[in-house]
Amino acid sequence: MRNIWVIFQKELRSYFVSPVAYLLLAMFAIIFGFFFWNSLGYFVYIGMQSQMRGQSMPMNVNEELIRPLLSNISVVGLFLIPMITMRLFAEEKRTGTIELLVTSPVRDLEVILGKWLAAVALYSGMLLLTALNFAFIFKYGHPDWKPLVIGYLGLLLQAGALLAIGTFISTLTKNQIIAGGATFGVCLLLWVLEWVSGYETSTWAKVLSYMSVITHFESFAKGLLATKDAIYYVSVIFLGLFLTARSMESLRWRS
Amino acid sequence: MITVSDLTKRYARHTAVDHVSFEVQKGQIVGFLGPNGAGKTTTMRMLTCFLPPTSGMATVAGFDVLEQPFEVKKRIGYLPEMPPLYPEMRTAEYLSFVGSLKGLSGAELNKRVEYVLERCSVADVRDKLLGKLSKGYRQRVGLAQAIIHNPDVLILDEPTSGLDPKQINETRDLIKSLAGDHTIILSTHILPEVEQTCQYVLIINKGRLVAKDSVNNLQNRARGAESLLVEVAGRNGEVDSATVQRRLEQISGVTRVVFKEKVQNRSAFEIESRKDAFVRGDLARAIVESGWDLNELRPTAVSLEEIFLQLTGEPAPVPADEAVVAGAN
Repeated sequence: MRNIWVIFQKELRSYFVSPVAYLLLAMFAIIFGFFFWNSLGYFVYIGMQSQMRGQSMPMNVNEELIRPLLSNISVVGLFLIPMITMRLFAEEKRTGTIELLVTSPVRDLEVILGKWLAAVALYSGMLLLTALNFAFIFKYGHPDWKPLVIGYLGLLLQAGALLAIGTFISTLTKNQIIAGGATFGVCLLLWVLEWVSGYETSTWAKVLSYMSVITHFESFAKGLLATKDAIYYVSVIFLGLFLTARSMESLRWRS
Repeated sequence: MITVSDLTKRYARHTAVDHVSFEVQKGQIVGFLGPNGAGKTTTMRMLTCFLPPTSGMATVAGFDVLEQPFEVKKRIGYLPEMPPLYPEMRTAEYLSFVGSLKGLSGAELNKRVEYVLERCSVADVRDKLLGKLSKGYRQRVGLAQAIIHNPDVLILDEPTSGLDPKQINETRDLIKSLAGDHTIILSTHILPEVEQTCQYVLIINKGRLVAKDSVNNLQNRARGAESLLVEVAGRNGEVDSATVQRRLEQISGVTRVVFKEKVQNRSAFEIESRKDAFVRGDLARAIVESGWDLNELRPTAVSLEEIFLQLTGEPAPVPADEAVVAGAN
């Protein structure tokens, strides 16, 4: 437990002594800020129009503003996650510091969890910046806060799953670029797999669509805590970390 | 302290380490000598639990590397060939991180960090980024991280490679001064290093252990006869090398005189004698009484290089730049 904390601190610190963390935080804040400004503008525009037409149907902030924005965050996240995980193990392998970790009285799992949790913590920091935008809605409107919290839980679970996959891919190579590129490819694939459900209803389409991380986010975006979707994310996290552990073990037999 | 028996590491196509057995007693400095690719690093990695052996057994401080790797890792300080430094960390911060990895904490951790900073003379760069340190400092920080948890055993993989002559000497002195508290195995392909730092030497070639003995014993074993270098100069003007050689050959106990070179009026000879005959006095007297000047008379010790040659049947692997360093010492 203490070792996880030691590794976690070291990883988090190394994110912040290099420009990586600041770059990611800034990019995420700017991109999401734009999405937010854009969506809010659109929401207000639609609101004005319906008022002019004399429609009395009230608009739902949660349904029509927060829900699409949460989906936006989850997509932007897909693009930034490879940048968080690519160095985790690839850099240690390149500089030889992996030998220090492996010959210290620390379990592989503690190293892996420390690194993964640091990545999750950085992503949480990025999410926190997006939450600032939502704070404005609470100032000027009365949205329901519960679906928002569940949405964020979903974002965290989804990121945890993708970060676990990225961590695994990072153990496979010494080259950060390769690790980042491959992780990006996998993230993108897990996103677009969902598209087949748009025109196909056969079993294989259902399977492919089930594998997509986006499919499972929909319920969270709606503010529903669906057990089966949560289980999907948790299983991917376990799978990713398990593969990382196997890969780290095989490092010794191969090198 | 370290027991290795029939340790073997086999890869798909070749055997890196082939039935190596040796023992190291507490407090010794043992040199692990061999050409590049002989299996030194592989053996060390097996001792540090980085690589599992294919067969055979190794114990460190009584703990088996396969059965109780955790106990072994707690008792080993390891400096890989490339010091495992995080370029974005600062020296003291890094040592503190390694210390906590090895299980130190609180006041004890701070005390050890201060101690190794002083011990390895890196206190003046404590707040510098590791990525900006010179090679010599990096190596010393590497040593500092290896001893941070005061391990029983230190395993150093080529601790002086890539350093300049001054840094090499500093590092050697540091290693020698650590010997009292730790049992040390260091690997090298530089022969003089073993002669200067180690008490015992293990010579490995192509994965096989070809010799294990104390440095003195090995030197004595190879030295059947004593050999001397003599330089003679004519008093007033030229001296005839052939005449000198004939005179030297007459001295009893001298078995062979080889003319080496003649520079201006000085002639140099290499003289071999029986081991029990102490010919230096006779040599000096003969030269002076013949009216010549004795410029130089010194024993040429048989170096480990020659032993290495005899044992491995290969030219000693001393790269040109390091050979110059060796000569300078």
